Amino acid sequence: MSQTRKQLLVDPLVDNNPITLQVLGICSALAVTSSLKVAFVMTLAVIAVTGFSSFFISLLRNYIPNSIRIIVQMTIIASLVIVVDQILKAYAYEISKTLSVFVGLIITNCIVMGRAEAFAMNNTPVDSFVDGIGNGLGYGLLLMCVGFFRELFGSGTLFGIVILESVNDGGWYVPNGLLLLPPSAFFIIGFLIWGLRAWKKSQVESPEFKIQTVQDH
Amino acid sequence: MPEQKKQNIFTRFNKMSIDSIPKTVLVAIVLCLFCSMVVSFAAVNLKSFQLVNKTRDKQINILQVAGIYYKGIDVEESFASFEPMIVDINQGVFTDKFDPYNFDNKKVAADPNLNVTLKDDPASIGTRPNYATIYLLKNKDESVDKIILPIYGYGLWSTLYGFVALEEDTNEIYGLQFYQHAETPGLGGEVDNPKWKAQWAGKKVRNSDGDLMIQVAKTRGANDYHVDAIAGATLTSNGVHNLVRFWLGESGFNRFLTNFKNGIT
Repeated sequence: MSQTRKQLLVDPLVDNNPITLQVLGICSALAVTSSLKVAFVMTLAVIAVTGFSSFFISLLRNYIPNSIRIIVQMTIIASLVIVVDQILKAYAYEISKTLSVFVGLIITNCIVMGRAEAFAMNNTPVDSFVDGIGNGLGYGLLLMCVGFFRELFGSGTLFGIVILESVNDGGWYVPNGLLLLPPSAFFIIGFLIWGLRAWKKSQVESPEFKIQTVQDH
Repeated sequence: MPEQKKQNIFTRFNKMSIDSIPKTVLVAIVLCLFCSMVVSFAAVNLKSFQLVNKTRDKQINILQVAGIYYKGIDVEESFASFEPMIVDINQGVFTDKFDPYNFDNKKVAADPNLNVTLKDDPASIGTRPNYATIYLLKNKDESVDKIILPIYGYGLWSTLYGFVALEEDTNEIYGLQFYQHAETPGLGGEVDNPKWKAQWAGKKVRNSDGDLMIQVAKTRGANDYHVDAIAGATLTSNGVHNLVRFWLGESGFNRFLTNFKNGIT
């Protein structure tokens, strides 16, 4: 084991963030970040699913036939997602209504599948669990960053608490409506990736194609 | 010996590689059974909580459509100011055949004896129940303030379930709101947008000749009867148009509303 458990947990936060470095799980990041509260619940849901799906898949890894391994992973992930969805419907009905289909779509979130296939199939259950939690946290960290900007400048609140009083309520702040729309998350994620790669140069990808200069003889 | 042969099958099975077909099938079956048990266990155990949430959500929606909801309100207490009544839609009168507090609209909708099959079916609901629960919001002096009617019909992907609140003159709309639907978020899902919903307030259902005038359309109609369709959601808007006109029309609550206005209940 080359990586310690602490590394497994901390690496996906910045150095190997599933969204900014691997560019996975973008679609749900666009959909659920217009307010922090929703983003937070989504984060918890994804952490639970990545953690436990990695754990169970790793537990079964020696019994999973190669020919149906993706289906087996999907079945385990889907069952966990349904359980999470049912729990949200029972205990956080309002938020589950806002999250609507996106809880169900955790099944197709590439981060979950990616960790199951790339890590959990070859590592011990506890390591896989930690790795799953770490990647869920990495996803969540970015979700919260994006949600912070979108909610603060889009509606002038954080977690529903008024920070910048908007004009509609008699304050001075004119909310930026664009930030409440999904495309704004693209811009913010783009800026975050830019910032992160300017800070950590090692994350910059080498260009796949180069225009060759032809030398005269 | 059969005993030995049996053992052979097991040992042979045990020695098979995990990638062999019998073991693959076995893993698939065991996993599916186990996962389905986990899922059903969660669904069954959490059902009662979810039902409570659903009922509460429906009550909140009725409060909202009647315009008396605010954050932190005691839902159950405020809901007590509504009087549920069962309406016989065909006769257009209240009926005491059922207890309004324990009336199961879904059960009635599923009972063929209590339904009519619609020939003219703009809301695409197939059959219409003969009985429906409506809610009367009463003033302090027991006079009726608002009438809340359940409405539903097909949009683009899903059946939209909601309520329309009418003023006591039975012609002016106070509000309209859907509590359950699965239209596209951001497009048809904008039926939940407060700005769009606000358009309904003050609209008239019929003109002075009694013609059904209320419409959801792209092209502007007479202001009193016109609600703007949602941009990018033509089919959902058409669905809402059809279902509102159906439920307020002749096959819907019109007979009841006319009777109610004339004091025949």
